[in-house]
Amino acid sequence: MAISSQPKLLSDAASRWLVGTIALVLVVVPVLNLLVPADSALHLSSYWVSLLGKYLCLALLALALDLVWGYAGILSLGHGAFFALGGYAMGMYLMRQIGERGVYGNPVLPDFMVFLDWQELPWYWYGFDDFLFAALMVVLVPGALAFAFGWFAFRSRVTGVYLSIITQALTFALMLAFFRNDMGFGGNNGLTDFKDILGFSLAAEGTKSALFVASGVALIGGYLLCRRVVTSRLGRVLVAVREAESRTRFLGYRVEHYKLFVFVLSAMLAGIAGALYVPQVGIINPGEFAPLVSIEIVVWVAVGGRGYLYGAIVGALLVNYGKTWFTGAFPEIWLFLLGGLFVVSTLFLPRGVVGLLQRRRSSHQPSPPSPSPQAAAQAEEGAR
Amino acid sequence: MIEARHHLPTNILYLDGVTVSFDGFKALRELSLAIAPGELRAIIGPNGAGKTTFMDVVTGKVRPTEGEVFFHDTVDLTRHDEAEIARLGIGRKFQKPTVIDSLTVWENLELACAGERGVFTTLMHPRSAGERERMAEILERVGLAEAAGRPGGALSHGQKQWLEIGMLLAQSPELLLIDEPAAGMTDHETELTAQLLREISGERSVVVVEHDMVFVKALDCRVTVLHEGHTLAEGTLEHVQADERVIEVYLGR
Repeated sequence: MAISSQPKLLSDAASRWLVGTIALVLVVVPVLNLLVPADSALHLSSYWVSLLGKYLCLALLALALDLVWGYAGILSLGHGAFFALGGYAMGMYLMRQIGERGVYGNPVLPDFMVFLDWQELPWYWYGFDDFLFAALMVVLVPGALAFAFGWFAFRSRVTGVYLSIITQALTFALMLAFFRNDMGFGGNNGLTDFKDILGFSLAAEGTKSALFVASGVALIGGYLLCRRVVTSRLGRVLVAVREAESRTRFLGYRVEHYKLFVFVLSAMLAGIAGALYVPQVGIINPGEFAPLVSIEIVVWVAVGGRGYLYGAIVGALLVNYGKTWFTGAFPEIWLFLLGGLFVVSTLFLPRGVVGLLQRRRSSHQPSPPSPSPQAAAQAEEGAR
Repeated sequence: MIEARHHLPTNILYLDGVTVSFDGFKALRELSLAIAPGELRAIIGPNGAGKTTFMDVVTGKVRPTEGEVFFHDTVDLTRHDEAEIARLGIGRKFQKPTVIDSLTVWENLELACAGERGVFTTLMHPRSAGERERMAEILERVGLAEAAGRPGGALSHGQKQWLEIGMLLAQSPELLLIDEPAAGMTDHETELTAQLLREISGERSVVVVEHDMVFVKALDCRVTVLHEGHTLAEGTLEHVQADERVIEVYLGR
């Protein structure tokens, strides 16, 4: 419920705060890692740089989901698919960069193809030795899939839980396909053993910091782009679609065009997130297509607060940090905790952590600029 | 267009011998009705008299089994669908108000405002100063100027009805079809709504379907009484209230 229009001033301050914080972190983290000597207490290890970089990519993925779910009301349970496709596109580039340094020393074929006794590179691997081509595919492949999927789904007016189930089926089908060795994407091992990117070694501290900064820049750029979309008139049409789809049609809007637009944009952002994630974790495999992965993204957004954009970022960072900590300390209870978190946030925090903070903040202010829709609705309810 | 220059339309809406049957049940039987440009007309009648079916026929939701429906004497409405009819300039307000709860009053109005509705236009072009001025006028007119920044969901029932009427005006239709605008309103709100509709008519034609006789009286306009899908009587409220048959089937129960 709620959101989008009424806390505009506040979320603008929130935007400045968010972008400022990320920008600061983008400077501080590389400095602590590269310039502070390793024996100093302030030194940040490369492990942490890559881990934080990974979080930033997942935050971008959550942001992409919030654009479709929080604003247009499209609950995608398959956003992991777009993330994984972007990741695979980057992985293919990184595989081609290995060249003769592979275990089998084949200058053209990646190791897994030599192992499967393939004689030549499949046609769809052509071009991936070129970074620009790969970078283009990072956005075009997820975008094209989202377009084809959305074209049929939105035109035939599939909505709500039915649409969610189809998106889940989409990512599941892709997972099964990518598990097959003869698909040519490395089967269940996926793509790994990457050596370098644009000529820089992935093992080098400087490269790790650069990837971290690139992830942060992508997150800021993605946030500003989404913000531009949701604050335009188009953003208001999306909210109208979310709340009263047929009414929006009666007002003369082609709802399917609007849904298609945000869905494709969101898939492209998810693809970029995947592409930046893969070189930092060093592997991409079909596990990223698993339905559970996509559901986890929904949990991040729900915990952070749906329909604020920055809520998705906060949620992704919080839950993923929690995941790192818990899977280290109590690995066996993590999944229960994750499930519990979703239930708790749905029942008690319908507007997420961000919504909670916002409510607390506005209750401290002597005169809020305008009452929240919920509070006003409750007041009206009480008056009847 | 050329024809329009030869003779000004005498009727904005013209129905002749319209019959609608659903599986043998005749919701409308040979209904004939004419609305003049700028006219305000109230349509009353007991439940099942065919008031809603009449609106469905005009807005293209239901096709008549027999009869003619013309807009401006020349446009055959039975040949167009709902979206086309909306674009021709016929706006409809349903009985239950549906404003977008989490958008502000201003944003709701902006959504309805006439103009391009493409993805690119809405992304790149904010409303022009002229459009914003027009929206401000409409808000003033429906009495919501001070509520412009409030979310739609926080409005009272009566205010939602007004916002809907404002949204209808923003679409700039020539003919407004309004279903029970006074439902759930306080007496004071009812009075204001009647006044508003009287003001709107003149520049646009307004057809109001209503149950509430106090409201119809306040509209102070020509009244058509429907009964079993047919026009039973037509004239001023005093005239139809004095009609024997009307008293029998409706008023004098």
